[in-house]
Amino acid sequence: MMKIRTAKRLLGYSFGAITVASGAAQAEGDLFIYNWTDYTAPELIEKFEAETGISVSIDTYDSNETLLAKLQAGGTGYDIVVPGQGFVPILVEENLLLPINGPELLGYENITEQFKDPEWDPGNAYTIPWQWGTTSFTVNTDVFEGDLNSYDVLFQPPEELQGKVGMFRSAEEAIFQAQIALGVPQCSEDPAEMTKVLDLMKAQKPYVLTYSSTGILERLVSGDVLISQNWNGYSMRSRMENPSLEYAYPPEGVPAWVDSLAVPKGSENYENAITFLEFVLRPENIALQSNFAGYANGVTGSEGYMAEDLIGQPELSAPADVPLIFGKTCSPEAVDLRNLVWTTLLE
Amino acid sequence: MKSLRALLVTYAGVMPSMLMLVGFLVLPLAIILVFSFLTPGPYGGVEPQVSVAAYVKLFFQKDLYGDLTFNSSVLEIAFRSVKIAAISVLGCVLLGAPVAYYIAQQPKRRRNTLLLLITIPFWTNLLIRTYSWIIILRDNGLVNNFLISANLTEAPVKLLYTEGSVVIGLVYTYVPFMILPIYAALERLDAGLIEAARDLYASKWRSVTSVVIPLAAPGFTAGSILVFIPCLGTFVAPELLGGGKHLMLGSLVQMQFAAGRNWPYGSALAMMIMAVVLVCLTIFALNARKTGGGMQH
Amino acid sequence: MKKNDRDIRWLPGLSWLTALFFLFLYTPLLVLVVFSFNASRSTTVWSGFSLEWYHKAFTNDAIRVATQNSVIIATLAAILATTIATSAALALARNKRMKGKQAFHGAMLLPLMIPEIVTAVATLIFFSTIGLGLGLGNIILAHTVFCIPFAYLPIKARLESMDENLEMAARDLYADKWATLRFVTLPLVMPGIISGAMLAFIISLDDFIITLMLAQAGSTTLPIYIYSFVRVGITPEINAVSTILIGFSVIVVSVSAFLGRKTAS
Repeated sequence: MMKIRTAKRLLGYSFGAITVASGAAQAEGDLFIYNWTDYTAPELIEKFEAETGISVSIDTYDSNETLLAKLQAGGTGYDIVVPGQGFVPILVEENLLLPINGPELLGYENITEQFKDPEWDPGNAYTIPWQWGTTSFTVNTDVFEGDLNSYDVLFQPPEELQGKVGMFRSAEEAIFQAQIALGVPQCSEDPAEMTKVLDLMKAQKPYVLTYSSTGILERLVSGDVLISQNWNGYSMRSRMENPSLEYAYPPEGVPAWVDSLAVPKGSENYENAITFLEFVLRPENIALQSNFAGYANGVTGSEGYMAEDLIGQPELSAPADVPLIFGKTCSPEAVDLRNLVWTTLLE
Repeated sequence: MKSLRALLVTYAGVMPSMLMLVGFLVLPLAIILVFSFLTPGPYGGVEPQVSVAAYVKLFFQKDLYGDLTFNSSVLEIAFRSVKIAAISVLGCVLLGAPVAYYIAQQPKRRRNTLLLLITIPFWTNLLIRTYSWIIILRDNGLVNNFLISANLTEAPVKLLYTEGSVVIGLVYTYVPFMILPIYAALERLDAGLIEAARDLYASKWRSVTSVVIPLAAPGFTAGSILVFIPCLGTFVAPELLGGGKHLMLGSLVQMQFAAGRNWPYGSALAMMIMAVVLVCLTIFALNARKTGGGMQH
Repeated sequence: MKKNDRDIRWLPGLSWLTALFFLFLYTPLLVLVVFSFNASRSTTVWSGFSLEWYHKAFTNDAIRVATQNSVIIATLAAILATTIATSAALALARNKRMKGKQAFHGAMLLPLMIPEIVTAVATLIFFSTIGLGLGLGNIILAHTVFCIPFAYLPIKARLESMDENLEMAARDLYADKWATLRFVTLPLVMPGIISGAMLAFIISLDDFIITLMLAQAGSTTLPIYIYSFVRVGITPEINAVSTILIGFSVIVVSVSAFLGRKTAS
């Protein structure tokens, strides 16, 4: 142990110099944000820095699971993290978040009804919404001319789409839509129900070209796939490059998600984090974020500040009669069944 | 005291690496070994309850009705991964060995420049490089355009999203790991040895097979290890170039630590992979000693 | 031409094969560079020329810090790994009295045999248990460990195909172990050391999973940045950064080659 500590000190000195040189903020006020890449608007950060004098630095990660593992290990040094709604209850239960007392935040009343006091965070004790959206599929309507708002188009593709279907890489997202299509509850622990899911996906597999969550836009725009599971904002970006790419809203409903801002335990700049949360709750500020990332936010009044090319886009506003089904945290039994379906499908 | 000093001197050379390996790899591995005998936590992590369920799960899975039955998924995934890795090693040898030989015969300054030229493409990120292969291999990509304009084919040949494209991607990713060790073994071959060989054997090819290849053997061994094992854990090429319709060993393990939330199972899989690789390497080493005994001197 | 006929270097078609190989190696790179000038946000569908992504790359602090971190980590990890691998390879190859060589050799390969995610999770837990918080230092230590086999194997291959008699002769001449090491053995092993260091460098530069798990605030590297494009997709900005990095390395290489030629002549 002694050795490690000495080594640590030595290394600490030598790397200290490098960290300073590489521009880590040394100002009085710091804020370390941990988020996905290109998911924090630079304009928003610049404005925040100018207004508050707090110096922001952004690190990135690839998945909620990574976030969970790293917060569990502790000592990461982040002040703001952006978990999905399914992970908020886990982080709370594992005691990894600091309370923010949402209702006491300046600007709390701006949060839309939908995201006030949500199921995954009663009373907004730990989170406020950042961006939200839906997960469905995108269809090339040059090739497929029928009604695209049906899960049959995805799971039992007509001839013109066969062999050109793109599915997500993650078991969770890929299977969720199959469950909705069959009317199976998302956290089903019933083997008979999950057998139906497996059968549906097995029957679909010969028509699938890729199971991949990377490069969806690339494959859709190039025509490698003609139908692909997709996120709404990403689908909108695909359509901007090829106008025939339309986003489907099947009447059974579509999976929905919301990424929320939270303050992890161990944050050394709690006050600055709260300042950031209140900054984001102002409509003109969060609009900068939506304009940059192309996803909707949960703040009333931000529409007035949104870029024109985002207003009224079909991808960003689901028809009122299509249910939005927010993904939940499933029990270990349900996760086990899901893994089994996935491994059997892709063995 | 004296013998202790002698011992220290003898082992001084390997000490730094062993300290690093024990401190930063063996100790963490011990954690994983312990994990593999525990129970999964509800959200990832482990619960302190001893269990061998993770090892049972390698071969027997509860089916959808909860009955424990033999399950060949893991074996099939392992078999496919080993097959693709082996083919990639072969591809790297066929492509890399002549290049390594060529470089080894160049004047000194040229050699180092060529080596750098071989590694520079790999200063770019794997994902971006793989995207380039999509552009090259897809139906309206560079290769098919060339084939069609040269009238070699009428309809585009399906190259992308096949096992072949996965192998191309893997060979491209790992070929420097074959070339550089072979080059290192071959560089500045003893000129006298080759002259002698030329005098002894009538043909060039005979002297290549009986002198050059044995000399390069340690390079082949090193390169094969450096290509084969990383190929087993690869996930980018199978997903982007192969379409990801089949899991590979690496993705299977990764899944358990991520959304699969079964760390003990992931740990047990890792232990199995390690055991298999160790057995392969041992067999390899024993064979090399048997057949290589004569060629070392 | 008679000399060529006798010279084993002149295998028919060898230079053609090598030329083809470089075509194979550089076509994807060329594609990558071309798409860094793409006008749309796609990295695979061409839609016109633009310098937009270079502008973005130059004004993007996060990507600059990430690139810088990557280069620092790869350089230091490659140097550390190559140094300790060289020492181990020499000790194992030239030390007659050592016992258990095979076991030591196997241990050097250990980092290769463990799936990356497993090393990543194990190291994360281990580092946090002992409270190691060195920022980039944590990552450099972990990278050094998994770079060891990549540096070690080429050096070992070199040593095995080398003629020991040269060293013996030198030992007779200098009669000093260290002088032999410095003036005879090391120069002879150098191709192995250079190969090993290059491989360690590129393997570290491209590492994602281990780095991701160990990174603390301020330590994001380029691969982490690239694999974290979730829900928005990767853009040609990454191609632009890669092109800059390659351009930079090509300039460094040509300048040093040029200087080397000057001093040599």
